[in-house]
Amino acid sequence: MSKKTLVEATINGETVEFLCEPRQSLLETLRDVLELTGSKEGCLTGDCGACTVLVEGRPVCSCLMLGVEAQGKNITTVEGLATNGVLSVLQNKFLEHAALQCGICTPGFLISAKSLLDRNPKPTEHDVRYALAGNLCRCTGYDKIVKAVLDAAAAIRSQGEGKAAAR
Amino acid sequence: MAASTTTGDFKVIGTRPIRPDGVDKVTGRAKFGADYAFPGMLHGKVLRSPHAHAIIKSIKIDKALKLPGVKAIVTSKDLPDAENMLEQSGELTVNPMHLSMNILAHDKVLYDGHAIAAVAATSPHIAEEALRLIEVEYEVLPPVMTVEAATKPGAPILLKDLRNNEEGDKPTNVAQHYQFKRGDVAAGFKAADYVVEREFNTAMVHQGYIEPHNAVGIYNSDGQATIYCSTQGAFDVRSLSAHVLGMPVGKIKVVPAEIGGGFGGKTTIYLEPLSVLLSKKTGAPVKLVMSRAEVLRASGPTPGAKIKVKMGATRDGKLVAAEIWMAYQAGAFPGSPVAAGALCIIAPYTVENFQIDAYDVVVNRPKTASYRAPGTTQAAFASETVIDELAEKCGIDPIDFRIKNAVKEGAPQIMGPPFKRIGFIQTCEAIKNSAHYKSKLTGKFRGRGVASGFWFNAGMQSSAMVNIHTDGTASVVTGSPDIGGSRASMAMIAAEVLGLPVTDVRPITADTDSIGHTDVTAGSRVTFATGMAVYEAAKDAVRQLIERAAKVWEKKPDEVEFRDGILHAKGDGVPPISIKQLAPRFPRTGGPITGRASVNARGVGPGFATTVVDVEVDPDTGKVQILRCTIAQDAGKAIHPSYVEGQMQGGTAQGIGWALNEEYFYDDKGTLRNTGFLDYRIPTCLDLPMIETIIVEEPNPGHPLGVRGVGEVSIVPPVAAVANAIYRAVGVRMTQTPMSPPKLLKAILKHRGATTTQHSAAAD
Repeated sequence: MSKKTLVEATINGETVEFLCEPRQSLLETLRDVLELTGSKEGCLTGDCGACTVLVEGRPVCSCLMLGVEAQGKNITTVEGLATNGVLSVLQNKFLEHAALQCGICTPGFLISAKSLLDRNPKPTEHDVRYALAGNLCRCTGYDKIVKAVLDAAAAIRSQGEGKAAAR
Repeated sequence: MAASTTTGDFKVIGTRPIRPDGVDKVTGRAKFGADYAFPGMLHGKVLRSPHAHAIIKSIKIDKALKLPGVKAIVTSKDLPDAENMLEQSGELTVNPMHLSMNILAHDKVLYDGHAIAAVAATSPHIAEEALRLIEVEYEVLPPVMTVEAATKPGAPILLKDLRNNEEGDKPTNVAQHYQFKRGDVAAGFKAADYVVEREFNTAMVHQGYIEPHNAVGIYNSDGQATIYCSTQGAFDVRSLSAHVLGMPVGKIKVVPAEIGGGFGGKTTIYLEPLSVLLSKKTGAPVKLVMSRAEVLRASGPTPGAKIKVKMGATRDGKLVAAEIWMAYQAGAFPGSPVAAGALCIIAPYTVENFQIDAYDVVVNRPKTASYRAPGTTQAAFASETVIDELAEKCGIDPIDFRIKNAVKEGAPQIMGPPFKRIGFIQTCEAIKNSAHYKSKLTGKFRGRGVASGFWFNAGMQSSAMVNIHTDGTASVVTGSPDIGGSRASMAMIAAEVLGLPVTDVRPITADTDSIGHTDVTAGSRVTFATGMAVYEAAKDAVRQLIERAAKVWEKKPDEVEFRDGILHAKGDGVPPISIKQLAPRFPRTGGPITGRASVNARGVGPGFATTVVDVEVDPDTGKVQILRCTIAQDAGKAIHPSYVEGQMQGGTAQGIGWALNEEYFYDDKGTLRNTGFLDYRIPTCLDLPMIETIIVEEPNPGHPLGVRGVGEVSIVPPVAAVANAIYRAVGVRMTQTPMSPPKLLKAILKHRGATTTQHSAAAD
């Protein structure tokens, strides 16, 4: 076992320092060192997307990245989606549309969907399906997830329009 | 889009409130089994066999034990003898000896991935390193991978003690032969104008839940053990683990964590007794979590099957005879769902003459477990394809053909007793009248297929408590792990009876010490049976509320009425009071109110579904794209329609994966070659269209709210529906799953070759 490395990163807006072994994945570091267990392990091979987090705004399978590679990076996990206890539009739309059953894939889907909507505020159904194709869900058949993301996009757009009108 | 054929007079039931566990699940707070951690916790890993079939000659653990950080290693020597007998546990028939042999191989390994030893260490990485230091000497035996290989004369025998009901004391790989028959099959075929006979082969497939199996075991020095795990049945984990560990049931408490999918695969045990054994040896909590490869190699997939179906119909489309032979791969130990498959294969139809022979066969594959309508999807693939072919020969629309032969109330089931009120024809008619079926499908290499399915649904035992809080709100406590949103339904049922807003009712799933025995979440039974217990428990609470109000008003209970959450005194002008107003008076009228109920639910109402699917086939690659898909399913009363639709959509998606991609791919040594989601390919978002749903609500007369249960039957029709659609698109009848590009392309080329040869023969 090699010695642990001190890593400094920004996670969900907070600067944190942690120790991790060189062989520990970012996922393992998040879950076992930082106790952020919202990111899930479904495969450890980057196939299921349940561990997806944003690294510098891009969706990454945290099981495929080492903890030490988080040095200096800005990372968002599912725990960072709500603001001061208020759910984001996406989180609310997942609830309204019943877009989850067991919920194990939900954190990864929320992160991938956020990444899509940050880049593309007006996605088509195909855009949504393409962006979420790296996240596996076995319960829902994806129908309600896709509808939730499309509806969230519309809601975020109309919020934006509302703000613009208020100005 | 959901369309209901009946509406009830309900205030909460049938609405779509936000699920009570929802916020925890979109914020990452929900605690799944692998999320548990305890001070001083150790991590376990399991050594697994690289051979499909071998005798274990020796296991040496000394080197591994010396690795710094390794705290304990267990092998089958650490397990007590378990009895070779059959016992009912929930929906499973369990042989404790076989269960024990599956947890840790005794003297033989019986499949690639079979557990041999388990290590506990201070980190999962050290435990993994230790596995490589355990030395196992094997005598490798030839693997038996298929039903044919297992049943041919001189086949290697997997289990030396296995005997079946027909061959006396002869060692065998055939665990059981089931036979169901009625009428005169030969006479039936004589009356038929058309007979279709085909053989079908389906690949072994996995439930594919995203969350791997997990367990944390804590064994205390006083002999009490606690297991935290993601399971469909905490009480089953308790009784099965008690068998394997030789512990009394009462010494084990199981705490069901949130569960990340199961679909039947989490109704048995793998890691749970190992976590307790390792904890007992080390004195520390021990957590084990499977890798994805371990899940695929060594949990409980559903059997591959060989099914021969011969069916006959008269010219006007009446089914007159069926002769069916089916054999399922049980895996390493007996207990495939072949009998269920046999009872379901022609269950939607009235066939006066039939004989069904079904065989449970052990092979060197993992012991199969339940998977959504166990055994029935394979069976329906065969029968519903043959029925499609017969409809075509008769020149009758495939849905009309099904309606013509459909079972109705009063028709005998395969086992004899008549069906009560059922909604099969309604599902057929819903599809026939759907926008999808009425639409015209145009374009080359496109086809539309339909198929139907039946599943029994289940009752079994459930307990529930309804506690009225001091502010007049309530909690509902059950023992049913919530796998797809059932807590929402339980809260809604209690809210309906209590006349409370659903947000005033908090549902929880309790551990095995905190609620009465409750059987596994399986068989589509939770909303039906646990829902029945919740309904009765809420009624019990209402009865007590009436007594308390009567006491306050100094009246007799029968002079008090309860309507929509308000208590009224009959007759005179006493102002009515709500539960909230009555609650502060509980202490002086007899103390807290807890409604209780325990049921062994009778009155199960079977489920039917009919599915239509449009496909486009790429004739150059054999790839199938699903263009459109609609399912109609009889739910009885739909408590929370969104989660009913969710079950219909999820089962359909799994059926499509089963049809097109999924298979266990073993090499000739019996090694599983696709042990990850890259190669064991379940459908992604891009593979599927929206899945349209039509909820048929034909009330179940055996349930106070008309509930049937909705979890399973949706998976039954899609495989056959896809096959029938492919036939209409490119003219080939697929008789094997998966209908993956290489297999379909081969069939297309063969078909094209045959057609070309015919043409050139005609030209000569």
